[in-house]
Amino acid sequence: MKFPKRTLALILAVLMLTAALSACSGGKQGETQTETDPTPQSGNAEGANIGEPVMGGDLRVGIAQDLDDTFDPHNIISAGTREVLFNIYEGLVKPDNDGNLVPAVAESVDISEAGDSFTFTLREGVKFHNGETVTAEDVVYSVSRAAGLGADKPMIDGMQIITSVEATDEKTVVVTLGEPNIEMLALLTAGIIPAGSDPAVETVGTGPFKFVSRIPQESIVIEKFDEYWGTPAYVDSVTYKIIDSGETIVMSLKSGALDLVAHLTSAQVNELGDDFTVLDGTMNLVQAVYLNNAVEPFNDVKVRQALAHAIDRQLIMDFLAEGRGAAVGSSMYPAFEKYFVPELVDEYSYDPELAKQLLADAGYPDGFSFDCTVPSNYQPHIDTAEVVAQELQAVGVSMNIKLVDWETWLSETYLGRNYQATIVGVDAAMMTARAMLERFTSDAGNNFVNFSSAEYDETFAAAISCTDDAEQTELYKKLQTILAEEAANLYIQDLCDLVAMRKGVGGYEFYPIYVMDMSKVYFTN
Amino acid sequence: MRRTPNYNLILGCTLTAATVSVIILGFFWTPYEPDAMSIAERSVSPCAAHLLGTDNFGRDILSRVMQGAGTTLEIAFLAVSIGATCGTLIGGLTGYFGGIADEIIMRVNDAVTAFPSVLLALVAVAITGGGKTNLIIVLGILFIPSFARVVRGEFAKQRNMDYVKNAKLMGVTNLRIMFVHILPNIAPVLLSSIAIGFNNAVLAEASMSFLGVGVGPTESASLGRMLLDAEAYLFSAPWQALSAGFAITILILGFALISDGMGYRPTWRPVAKRRRKADA
Repeated sequence: MKFPKRTLALILAVLMLTAALSACSGGKQGETQTETDPTPQSGNAEGANIGEPVMGGDLRVGIAQDLDDTFDPHNIISAGTREVLFNIYEGLVKPDNDGNLVPAVAESVDISEAGDSFTFTLREGVKFHNGETVTAEDVVYSVSRAAGLGADKPMIDGMQIITSVEATDEKTVVVTLGEPNIEMLALLTAGIIPAGSDPAVETVGTGPFKFVSRIPQESIVIEKFDEYWGTPAYVDSVTYKIIDSGETIVMSLKSGALDLVAHLTSAQVNELGDDFTVLDGTMNLVQAVYLNNAVEPFNDVKVRQALAHAIDRQLIMDFLAEGRGAAVGSSMYPAFEKYFVPELVDEYSYDPELAKQLLADAGYPDGFSFDCTVPSNYQPHIDTAEVVAQELQAVGVSMNIKLVDWETWLSETYLGRNYQATIVGVDAAMMTARAMLERFTSDAGNNFVNFSSAEYDETFAAAISCTDDAEQTELYKKLQTILAEEAANLYIQDLCDLVAMRKGVGGYEFYPIYVMDMSKVYFTN
Repeated sequence: MRRTPNYNLILGCTLTAATVSVIILGFFWTPYEPDAMSIAERSVSPCAAHLLGTDNFGRDILSRVMQGAGTTLEIAFLAVSIGATCGTLIGGLTGYFGGIADEIIMRVNDAVTAFPSVLLALVAVAITGGGKTNLIIVLGILFIPSFARVVRGEFAKQRNMDYVKNAKLMGVTNLRIMFVHILPNIAPVLLSSIAIGFNNAVLAEASMSFLGVGVGPTESASLGRMLLDAEAYLFSAPWQALSAGFAITILILGFALISDGMGYRPTWRPVAKRRRKADA
């Protein structure tokens, strides 16, 4: 009896594959056991300082998305873009890693007693990347451009109250506001660009790095700026590699193609092994199931409240990051200590029975089904969506996850507002409470959830015109309370931010806003 | 004289029968609820309680493979049904009648076949949106040309045969000749292409879902989707990827062997030949 060769070959092939794969899985299982606890180091920078920093080197950083929206520092839409542009542009002041605003292009600032005028003294000898010295004229141009003076709309929301920007002499610029606003300083972190230039055409700033090149969907290269006024960067250049698949990022790290990647999940970190330093922080954003408050059934506050009771945030954090992360109850993350209202975290207890009851009251005794749009390049959001879908299933609501690519999400969901629900993280563009809360006023251009509340609008107006810091803080807290009570969105958490660096790289520091400061990162010998 | 057994067909049928019965069982009963998450049992390696282990959400992989293979097979079955039915109709008509219509339809057919089918499917799904129903329709339509081509060739061959000419002389209607007289004669070829079609459909569903444009994450477990989810845990929990991968392999192997076996021509070997060998 002869066995047909083809059959034999097929069977042998399958057997060999089995043997090879099971052998490999056996080895890896042993490994996983030893690294069940990845023990990331604490969030402070000292944890990363191993060895002496050396100057030079090309740092390769993995990022999940390209800078599709813009290179314009006054028109940044996505946080991923800001995170890169932070290294290229600087404002009159800039945030430091403790959350303070420190002078940058300006040497000092003098705020008038009434809070409606800022006098900046420019720093001597600050150079643009094109070699020219920053003049008062450049500052006037940049601030006017961001504030939309002479245009219908400000490029940066909130700057419309600036009525004039004047250079009183070569080294002094006075910014006058139509109404007092002590938070304006945070908005003046907006990048300074050469007078008359269009950042969409040429990328010239004053930051520690200058822009070199970009290959769309592939890489962005920035280079150390030698004439930088401040502490120069350690590395010679930074190459951002755009890798939208989480698995490919891990593979690239392991293979040595990348030196540093931020925003990793704990599953990804668990795959990395011992050759990496892992820092544990928070992303400084508010991850939530953002609901389109203008469409059925989410235009009913009872439905939103019901769903808020149906979500177990702790469980999501347990699944995603072994419990890491910080639960939030409104549109403010804990790093904003001054404004964060911890009590709101427990506004909606996890209570499926109550959720069912509320749904029945709202006219949905049998639940309903809705589509949840999730950008497909953010694994944490997809994983969250799967857990949320499962939790909502328990109260009879079925959530269909619709994965879309980032560009589609930006145009259709965020700008087009054509969606029912979406899971993303929303961060603060500027280091102000206002940056988190302004988007929920009825006519804000970025109010993509279509939240509308007269009380909210009034409170917000009162808050921004308030000149007393304590009173203003109270008003901001009240705004968060309104958002929580109205259950504008199903607030989940501030995601944990795991940053992995190859051994031999150090200096990474967390900021209270969503940026990666590359000037502090260095190689060690 | 001895007839060598059709090993391919036997093995293929056994494999397919075994997997299909597990899948059918999965429609009624799975060891665990396929979507039930459990924080305490995340990424458990295969053990007695979870024969294939659990995934990162603590879902039982065996249950998910059973359900996922069911989804995959369901999509394959419906897509192949659409493709085979339409393909047979089109191929039959054009092959039997020939003429200018035949030329035109077959050139259109060539044009469609010129593109890789997964690429076409990706484009189609990008326009219509993902999801199970869309996937079935898109794959079904994409399978029409291959069936049409095979059936057309056979019909063109058969229509000149004596039995068809006889039937025509006796006044049998064209439709009856096509579907009662000719169709049964091309059954082996058709069945063989159906088996290949299943093969392609399973692969297409798996790859589309793996690319994230097929079955959605909340719709139902699917083998391709499971592979995609497992990708992130390739090294820390390899059983996830292995389970889904093996399920696909076995499904495809079964169908491939069947289709191989269908085209099998038995060889007749004189018994004497063996004896002579033994003597030597």
